[in-house]
Amino acid sequence: MSKKTIIGASAVAGAVAMALSGATVVATTTGAAAAEKCYGVSLAGDNDCAAGPGTTCAGTSTVDYQGNAWTSVPDGTCLTMDVPGDRKGSLEPLDRDLPA
Amino acid sequence: MPDTPQPTQCSYGGAAIPPRAGAGLKTAHVDAILSDSYRIGFLEVHAENYMGDGGPPHRALDAIRENFPLSVHGVGLSIGSEGGLDETHVARLKKVVDRYEPGLVSEHLAWSTHDNSYYNDLLPVPYDEATLARVCRHIEHVQEALGRQILLENPSTYVQFEQSTMSETDFIRQIAVRTGCGLLLDINNVFVSATNHGYEPLAYLEDFPLGRVQEIHLAGHAPDVDDEGDVILIDSHDRPVDDRVWGLYETVTGRIGPVPTLIEWDADIPEWPILRKEAMMADRILEASAGPDASPRQRAARG
Amino acid sequence: MQTTVSNREFTTALSDPDTPAPKGIKGPDRKKSAKRFDIYRNNVVVGLIDALGEIFPAVARLVGEQFFRDMARLYIRANPPNSPLLFRYGRSMPDFLATFEPVAHLAYLPDVARIELAWLDAFHAADTSCFSAADLGAVPESELDDLRLTPHPASRIIRSRWAAVSIVSTTRSGASLADIDPTAPEDGLVTRPGYNVQLRRLPPGTATFLQSLIDGARLADAAEAAGRDCTEFDLPLALRAMLEAGAFSQRREEA
Repeated sequence: MSKKTIIGASAVAGAVAMALSGATVVATTTGAAAAEKCYGVSLAGDNDCAAGPGTTCAGTSTVDYQGNAWTSVPDGTCLTMDVPGDRKGSLEPLDRDLPA
Repeated sequence: MPDTPQPTQCSYGGAAIPPRAGAGLKTAHVDAILSDSYRIGFLEVHAENYMGDGGPPHRALDAIRENFPLSVHGVGLSIGSEGGLDETHVARLKKVVDRYEPGLVSEHLAWSTHDNSYYNDLLPVPYDEATLARVCRHIEHVQEALGRQILLENPSTYVQFEQSTMSETDFIRQIAVRTGCGLLLDINNVFVSATNHGYEPLAYLEDFPLGRVQEIHLAGHAPDVDDEGDVILIDSHDRPVDDRVWGLYETVTGRIGPVPTLIEWDADIPEWPILRKEAMMADRILEASAGPDASPRQRAARG
Repeated sequence: MQTTVSNREFTTALSDPDTPAPKGIKGPDRKKSAKRFDIYRNNVVVGLIDALGEIFPAVARLVGEQFFRDMARLYIRANPPNSPLLFRYGRSMPDFLATFEPVAHLAYLPDVARIELAWLDAFHAADTSCFSAADLGAVPESELDDLRLTPHPASRIIRSRWAAVSIVSTTRSGASLADIDPTAPEDGLVTRPGYNVQLRRLPPGTATFLQSLIDGARLADAAEAAGRDCTEFDLPLALRAMLEAGAFSQRREEA
């Protein structure tokens, strides 16, 4: 495959021909999401008219994020990573007891 | 090639809602509903969930529309707002109504928008003259914009207003008389509000303008406790209809005959057969209320 | 003397738990109303937290359910919705995540959120057919250089300094992230040919190519821009990805 940086008319036509002939293998394209059920796809962010869980504290909590006061830490499947700036991700899902 | 959108064929376009049980449509149930040998009387959707341009929601609703009568229930119009109605939202609702030609269109006696912020709940309104005039203005405007009558639903409430000068039933009757709108009687809401404010649900129903009721809602509620540790009910839509609500439903349908009746279930949504069971229960009560010789026409005459 | 309650007073108290319930609301028989008013506070906040959880399932899974709910509450306080359409909510979540210190070590999260917003946009985008391989084949060879295309309304390109595309698709499918190097930059394309939203990783340079076409460039110019941008750019591969994804709807008529 040519690595020309200037693509002339014949190159475009040739590339189109190649693309359409199926000669190119789309190796780096990840598979599309698996086909979902006909209509049974989940909606995201639906409106409804149900009331919430009544008198739980989610709507009344005054605990806000103020630096150290925030004690919640991610404990999901969050992926390890080393990022620039010395902030290193942990290797395992974070432990709840770790400081944020 | 992937399947491409087909033009809508609305064989039930404009179809009247039969006086049978219906269900609130959840996308997870669409396949089960379409393949079920039990034919639900109608389906109802929240208008806001079909205000996107296209995609799977509209495709699913097209499929439902081809096979069942449809009712559209708005949850975001904020009819009780102090400010004017959101014209953009009225236009969105009109688009949904024009596209799907539902047999019934309904909204809530509540508000949810103020100063361009949306509070996704059905907030209560005081029952006074100023609010009455405003709500009537808004309903008239919506009916004019849509070119059709809408139904107004009685709310579930957790607080009352000192400034209220009339009862909820008087307030709702006045609205119906002044605007010509129909009413959607949510019997679970009646039970929830009656419990929360310490009055008899039957007394409320005695006062309610039942002759204007064109649809009934039934749903489950959750018990909680108030400041004093007394029971307060939450309109949670997350469980089967309470037996006492079924009892009130029998009383109402015994009085006014069969009315389209929706089973609402919006949280902790079960498999379709559970919802169907609730619908079949409502169907049995509706059948009994029809009596040996009652017909919808006779019912209308009675109303 | 009856106290009247304005919408403003009601919503001020609704949004701020430090503000007492408005004077003028009551429970029956002179009962207190504080906890009753809290029901409305809860309904609003919990409903929005649930909506954000549905809009950002990968973010929620990555940080954990409880953390997500705590964080969402802060987000909601700072960014209340301004539309009754909940599927339009959460637009500023990527910016919020980028500045929220407790997730600073998960630098890919803002891009994960961007992809999830693109996914939802694609889900609700208008229905239209896709510019197919047959359509491209029908363009006379002499017109290929000048070909311009109209983007499909669902198409969204996301360029990430991190492996955000793989992280989203893997997280949403529930698979293990163990084999992903999060620091490998990725370009993603969200499309909706027909009714299923698709997310794919793009080959090198293809994002530039597609973005140029979306912006209205001629096919030859888009290819040239991509080649300049990335020496590994492979035009046939990019065209295959474009056609498979259904990124465009039709030929664009000359303006």
